[in-house]
Amino acid sequence: MSRGRKKRILIAKPGLDGHDRGVKVVARALRNAGMEVIYAGLHQTPLQIVNAAIDEDVDAIGLSILSGAHNTIFPKIISFLKDRGASDILVFGGGTIPKKDLKNLKSLGIGEIFTTGTDTHEIIDYLDRTLKR
Amino acid sequence: MKKKLSTDEMVKRLLAGDRRSAARLITLVENEMDDHHRVMSLVYPHTGKAMILGITGAGGAGKSTLTDHLIGKFRNQGKKVGVVVVDPSSPFSGGAFLGDRIRLQSHSRDDGVYIRSMASRGYLGGLSRATYDVIRIMEAMGNEVVIVETLGAGQDEVDVIHIAHTCLVLVTPGMGDDIQAMKAGIMEIADIIVLNKADLDGADRSLRHLQGALTAGSFEEGEWMPRVVSTVSVANKPEDLQGIDELTETIAEHQAYLRKSEVMDQVKYDRVEQELGLIFKDELQKIIFRGLRGTGKKREYIESIIEQQNDPYSVVKEVLNNYLIPGE
Ligand SMILES: Nc1nc2c(ncn2[C@@H]2O[C@H](COP(=O)(O)OP(=O)(O)OP(=O)(O)O)[C@@H](O)[C@H]2O)c(=O)[nH]1
Ligand SMILES: [Mg+2]
Repeated sequence: MSRGRKKRILIAKPGLDGHDRGVKVVARALRNAGMEVIYAGLHQTPLQIVNAAIDEDVDAIGLSILSGAHNTIFPKIISFLKDRGASDILVFGGGTIPKKDLKNLKSLGIGEIFTTGTDTHEIIDYLDRTLKR
Repeated sequence: MKKKLSTDEMVKRLLAGDRRSAARLITLVENEMDDHHRVMSLVYPHTGKAMILGITGAGGAGKSTLTDHLIGKFRNQGKKVGVVVVDPSSPFSGGAFLGDRIRLQSHSRDDGVYIRSMASRGYLGGLSRATYDVIRIMEAMGNEVVIVETLGAGQDEVDVIHIAHTCLVLVTPGMGDDIQAMKAGIMEIADIIVLNKADLDGADRSLRHLQGALTAGSFEEGEWMPRVVSTVSVANKPEDLQGIDELTETIAEHQAYLRKSEVMDQVKYDRVEQELGLIFKDELQKIIFRGLRGTGKKREYIESIIEQQNDPYSVVKEVLNNYLIPGE
């Protein structure tokens, strides 16, 4: 009966650009790996994303950022989570993010950044490893 | 950082309206974690007053879009609103893609609205026992209206009527105009039939069909006769939206009908009976499987059924006789 605790992941694409094909591929892959994916869609503000993550009690937030806004959006998410006492929620991301920024983002508390084109298995493995609560 | 609150403390915060505690407790009951039963015992005394509104209909009929508008109407009445959206789990992976929030965004900054996406986790009809528990938690959180959106295409998928006080069934123009059986099904489930996407071709014809089917149905004196409301839930200009006020009024009329007649007592009785039945079913199954575990009997029974030396009904009868009704 007890199937154990299911992983719940919020997937969103903040920022202005308008395609969601890539994020949806990731969302589907996570579903196919047995996770419950809450898909919040495009154009979400950091506050909306954090509110949704808390209401949905997700284990992780996955963000796709292509617009180059990573240096503002990620820090905002981390800081809103902290404000709400929800820093235990893992934040990871994907997109075109310059190498020089990766280190800084990780030191802020972003779990991992996957560059565009990463095999979805890598993301699944990462989540399986990291989310053992 | 990761402060672990006691269950009792979380329930206390829930009763004060705290979202994070609500969210955590919902996860706890959804996963049937250790304190599940205790949580529900603590929560239960604070429930029973909310209006529970079911919204069902085929995929893409516009349930979430319409829900978004209804949330606004209830908020204008000063009511706090909880929403549970149930979507099917993938039968293959057990995972789920829960995408309804996309159309439930108008209130994402409103503290008086709490929305939770839920996967059905293998229950046909979409509503597991956990759905009841989640609704209860939302009531205890202080929500005066709880909306339950479920996917329902056929007559087998109408569990929502066992939970909701008022049940809306969404149809769209052209859908099943000629399928008598479907109409009959809808009539049985729906307190209000919503013909959504009334901006599309064929809406008039569908409306006539639905109204025709309603007048053909037989209803007793004083009984609620299902009503049809046409709506347009998406439009470029807000003034092109249609029927949402009428729908809100019709919901209020149904609520008034329930309060005035003795029907509400019966509705409440039926809901608790259903809920109790579900809990018995789950708990008994657990007790029985737990009892069989370790004896090797469970495997034996299952294999004997696969090899057609036995059948499930005989096995259940034997097990019940042996374990539950000793001496019979
Ligand atoms: N033309 C028209 N389109 C509508 C109307 N209401 C909703 N839609 C569109 O129908 C599509 C599905 O709407 P949803 O609200 O997601 O439908 P749903 O029933 O919640 O769908 P599922 O949750 O996937 O079963 C969206 O593209 C909406 O914009 C309407 O009144 N008229
Ligand atoms: Mg929906």
